[in-house]
Amino acid sequence: MRLLIIEDDRDAAEYLVKAFREVGHVADHAADGEEGLALALDGGYDVLIVDRMLPKLDGLMVIGRLRTKGNTTPALILSALGAVDDRVRGLRAGGDDYLPKPYSFSELLARVEVLARRHTGRGEETQYRVADLELDRLSHRVVRGSEEIALQPREFRLLEYLMKHAGQVVTRTMLLENVWDYHFDPQTNIIDVHISRLRSKIDKGFAQPLLHTVRGAGYMIRDGAR
Amino acid sequence: MTALGKLLRTTAFQLTLVYLIVFALFAAFLVGYFALNTRRLINEQIVGTVDVEVTALTGQYNQAGIRRLVVIVDVRSRRPGSSLYLVTTPTGEGLAGNVGSLEPGILESEGWVETAYRRLEEPESAEHTALVRVTRLPGGIRLLVGRDLDERERMFHIVAVAGRWSVALVVVLGVLGGIFVSRRVLNRVEAMTATAQTIMAGDLSGRLSITGSGDEFDRLALNLNGMLERIDSLMRGLKEVTDNVAHDLKTPLTRLRNRCEAALRMAKTDADYRRVLEETIEESDGLIRTFDALLMIARAESGEVRDGMAEFDVADVARDVGELYEPLAEDKGLSLEIQANEHATVKGNRELVSQALANLVDNAIKYAAPDADAANGERAGIVVKTSTDKDQIMLSVSDHGPGIPAGDRSRVVERFVRLEQSRSEPGSGLGLSLVSAVARLHGGELKLEDNAPGLTARIALPRVPSQRAA
Repeated sequence: MRLLIIEDDRDAAEYLVKAFREVGHVADHAADGEEGLALALDGGYDVLIVDRMLPKLDGLMVIGRLRTKGNTTPALILSALGAVDDRVRGLRAGGDDYLPKPYSFSELLARVEVLARRHTGRGEETQYRVADLELDRLSHRVVRGSEEIALQPREFRLLEYLMKHAGQVVTRTMLLENVWDYHFDPQTNIIDVHISRLRSKIDKGFAQPLLHTVRGAGYMIRDGAR
Repeated sequence: MTALGKLLRTTAFQLTLVYLIVFALFAAFLVGYFALNTRRLINEQIVGTVDVEVTALTGQYNQAGIRRLVVIVDVRSRRPGSSLYLVTTPTGEGLAGNVGSLEPGILESEGWVETAYRRLEEPESAEHTALVRVTRLPGGIRLLVGRDLDERERMFHIVAVAGRWSVALVVVLGVLGGIFVSRRVLNRVEAMTATAQTIMAGDLSGRLSITGSGDEFDRLALNLNGMLERIDSLMRGLKEVTDNVAHDLKTPLTRLRNRCEAALRMAKTDADYRRVLEETIEESDGLIRTFDALLMIARAESGEVRDGMAEFDVADVARDVGELYEPLAEDKGLSLEIQANEHATVKGNRELVSQALANLVDNAIKYAAPDADAANGERAGIVVKTSTDKDQIMLSVSDHGPGIPAGDRSRVVERFVRLEQSRSEPGSGLGLSLVSAVARLHGGELKLEDNAPGLTARIALPRVPSQRAA
């Protein structure tokens, strides 16, 4: 995956470039909005990571100009402002995701990978399948092997989101945002409890667990046999 | 700006000027009207007098003939201040009277006419004007009776002069009055400006003086003082928060630093370093959370998020939040019941209200011990409930935990206040502060009540007239 990091804080940018390279991605760095816009327009990037406040050209304007020129490279906005309405403004300007500073690298990585995947295919399918677990989005049925699993509506949406991003790490915040539509931090780690409930429904009694905890990052559904 | 320029620019002076022009026009109109009326009155008097004389003279002529008429006219002509008389033959030959010359053709037609004339006894004097009536008597004799109009013109002149003077007087008095009034106004405004400048220079405790007259300047000063009061209290609040933030962020930062230092000094193995680093990240996450919560409270208190307000149903919020926390409650052996059947629309920030309710539910789960009600053989229950009354919508969370002593209820809402018995639980001491700030942002309040046993936390929000109500 090729990434462009548009960030004026040199230390932060260097840290990100290094961290992304360590996990096997290619990352370039632009130190201001104009340079970032030029590099992004040259293309070839899978995801842009754009700081909200940049010298020369504001982060939101960089994204806005890209979009008017027909460039649809997914963009994740990093912002120190981190409030509800600022997030809305960022997404309205054409950003695809929003992460308030300070963030953990695992959170950023998970979101960037989801964005890259969304862009390169695997869109809105009506059925998701991981190993012998099947989820039908139209009939709202979940089947594992030959057994039908009854889920509460919210559990269904939780599983749906996890399966849509099967093989990718999904963080607790991402789940809270996408399944519950909450953008605040509910202090207690409430998501863990919901996950363990879901796990008891889809994994209990089966030899091979599908819903995995990724330490220090979040959760992932994947076919453990592969 | 010169003093005069300043004066000319005052609203008071400009207003005075406008009034002045209006009054001057009004005065001129009045005087003009008076002059015209005087003129008409004099004309009427002349007409009356002349008519009487003509009737009398015509009577004499009809009774006693031309001779008598000539005699009477002669006598009357010689009286001082007499009217004008002229008696002529049908061919225009003068028989009697005191008129020397007339405009030509005056005698040809009967009736009223204004004419220039000279008196017989002063043929060299300037021509005067007179209002005359020409009458044709039986036998072709013509009789002219009239009166000099000098008196009328003199009256008119007097009135005109008086008019000019009064207009001039109005203007002069008006300008002086305008200057006086605007100087007074200007002085008070200047005083206010001066006070405002000292306040701007940094002395926020300064206040505008109030004369006690209750006029609009007093009201303005009162309102400005109110505004200053509010700014002052906000500033003091801000300072307090900054102090608190400094204190409450410095404590964990110090802890963080000490731990790193200790690791550098004492750690021997990689595992030791790893443990310290993990603890450091955990601690800094806690710091970030505290910081976020503080920012959120500050934003809610400043009313900054008021733009993004929309109508929503708090029953939905109660159900969603309840559903989010239900598994957690169950894990702790608590039942969580949601009683939210009525629609209850409020206008506000859904996200913030959700977060506020989440904080209350989180607290209830945290503090309600699972065996609190075990003596009764029941499970300790948490109830999330919406209810409405005439003008409020209540969102309440009740538990059977230890509750909060009545004396501490107002205190726990303050930032960073944690009661002795809760210090062992994780938490920032900001949860209830945020709830309270959110409630106030929406024009409501947070009430903490005794649930005997336990606590009922109630967010009361003002009600929006609902179209969905059954």
